[in-house]
Amino acid sequence: MTKPKVAFYWCASCGGCEEAVIDLAEVVLDVVEAVDIVFWPVALDFKISDVEALADGELAASFVNGAIRTSEQREMVELLRRKSGAVVAFGACAWLGGIPGLANLSSRESILDYVYHEVPSMQDGNGVRPQEETDVPEGRLRLPHFDEDVRTLDQVIDVDYYLPGCPPPPSLIAQAVTALVEGKLPEKGSVLAPDVALCAECPRAGTKPEDLKVERFHRPYEIVADPETCLLAQGLVCLGPATRSGCDAVCIAANMPCTGCMGPTSRVLDHGAKALSAIASLMQTQEQEEIAALAEQLVDPVGTFYRYSLPASLLHRHVAPDGARAEVEADGATPVGASTRGGGGS
Amino acid sequence: MPETFEPTIVAFFCNWCTYIAADLAGTSRTKYAPNTRVIRVMCSGRVDPQFVLGAFARGADGVLIGGCHPGDCHYQQGNYNALRRFELLRRMLRDMGIEEERVRLEWISAAEGHKVQAVCNEMTEQVRALGPLRLVTPPRVEADGDVGTPEPAAELAGRVTS
Repeated sequence: MTKPKVAFYWCASCGGCEEAVIDLAEVVLDVVEAVDIVFWPVALDFKISDVEALADGELAASFVNGAIRTSEQREMVELLRRKSGAVVAFGACAWLGGIPGLANLSSRESILDYVYHEVPSMQDGNGVRPQEETDVPEGRLRLPHFDEDVRTLDQVIDVDYYLPGCPPPPSLIAQAVTALVEGKLPEKGSVLAPDVALCAECPRAGTKPEDLKVERFHRPYEIVADPETCLLAQGLVCLGPATRSGCDAVCIAANMPCTGCMGPTSRVLDHGAKALSAIASLMQTQEQEEIAALAEQLVDPVGTFYRYSLPASLLHRHVAPDGARAEVEADGATPVGASTRGGGGS
Repeated sequence: MPETFEPTIVAFFCNWCTYIAADLAGTSRTKYAPNTRVIRVMCSGRVDPQFVLGAFARGADGVLIGGCHPGDCHYQQGNYNALRRFELLRRMLRDMGIEEERVRLEWISAAEGHKVQAVCNEMTEQVRALGPLRLVTPPRVEADGDVGTPEPAAELAGRVTS
């Protein structure tokens, strides 16, 4: 019997998802026993031509982690899509955009400006910025195109399944691989994790007050959190009420609030909006000024509520990042956004 | 563009007060800007922040929420929850580049038809002065692999409704 062939690939990600596969520990041996890994650039020496040589659909599954930001990433996932029976968006970045997705708060131009010209560690040079094509005596060199925005995997190719988490917990990875090998995968489009909020499996659920109210919000460094009590009840912004479970509450066990990496449950369209709603409702006061003051205590609401999901959100990106404002002004409309975002000046 | 631009404002009105006030404005033959598209909800507390973002994503240039005055909520606490969510949402939208004038929460009782008129007119003018929202929505990928190019949400919404 031939073993199902699988591929692993990474896009805009940190490498933590690859680490998660290694974190399967001895279970990884069972995985290798059950499937034939034919492409895994981070760990094994295969070439793109090896993938191109496969028949369309020959791969049982491709596990793709990371968000999509460059032409190279788009080409690779399109290739893997053609060659795969199933594509699994592996981890928060591939599913929702993840941490790299927060780059959607800045324009492409302001990112390149900052990284190549303004970053403090940059020496005053000749203002060189990498070009997509450069002619050298040996021929023409090409770099991938850096896209205007960060996209989720399913904004670029058709995706069959999603494995949530930053990175996905080993238990969920093992379950997904087992389901794949046994041909017991659920309905297309499923998120391969429990579909209830984290509070349902939180070890501190018993200490969550019946009528939970917050008088002020704290950031984790501002207080020493009690290791037994519900973190929301202590004024920490814990996204447990609005985030999918399946992570065994590892952050809570480390006395840190949930930051939402497991994404929303299936009933939620926009994770950040739902998380914002859950947290806002906890405010003790009814007075408008006090409520506004409490809202100001959250120094970075976008980064708090959309930490892993900005590209997948309803708004997708900042309405007018620096570069886009020039275009808006050129059209004669009122410039959008009074304050500048991102590193670059306007 | 500001001369010809007609903003679309989605208004979520509470069943027990603001919606009746809008009704009163109508039966009193009170004229106000036709840019407001009213959606009746049972309570301003029912307005999930997803509704507001969804309205923007589908082409709205502004979103208005109308609820009962503090202390008058038919469900006791609903309008206070609306206020809590609204203040935090407004704070967040600021960081997303959406101007404060594009989202508004007003307490309008069933007797205040004139306030519906004043608020709708004022907000229409403010949003008209700001111009279109110009949100760019992410593309949709079809099962056959076709990727649409991103297009302004307003155009998308126009195509859906036409």
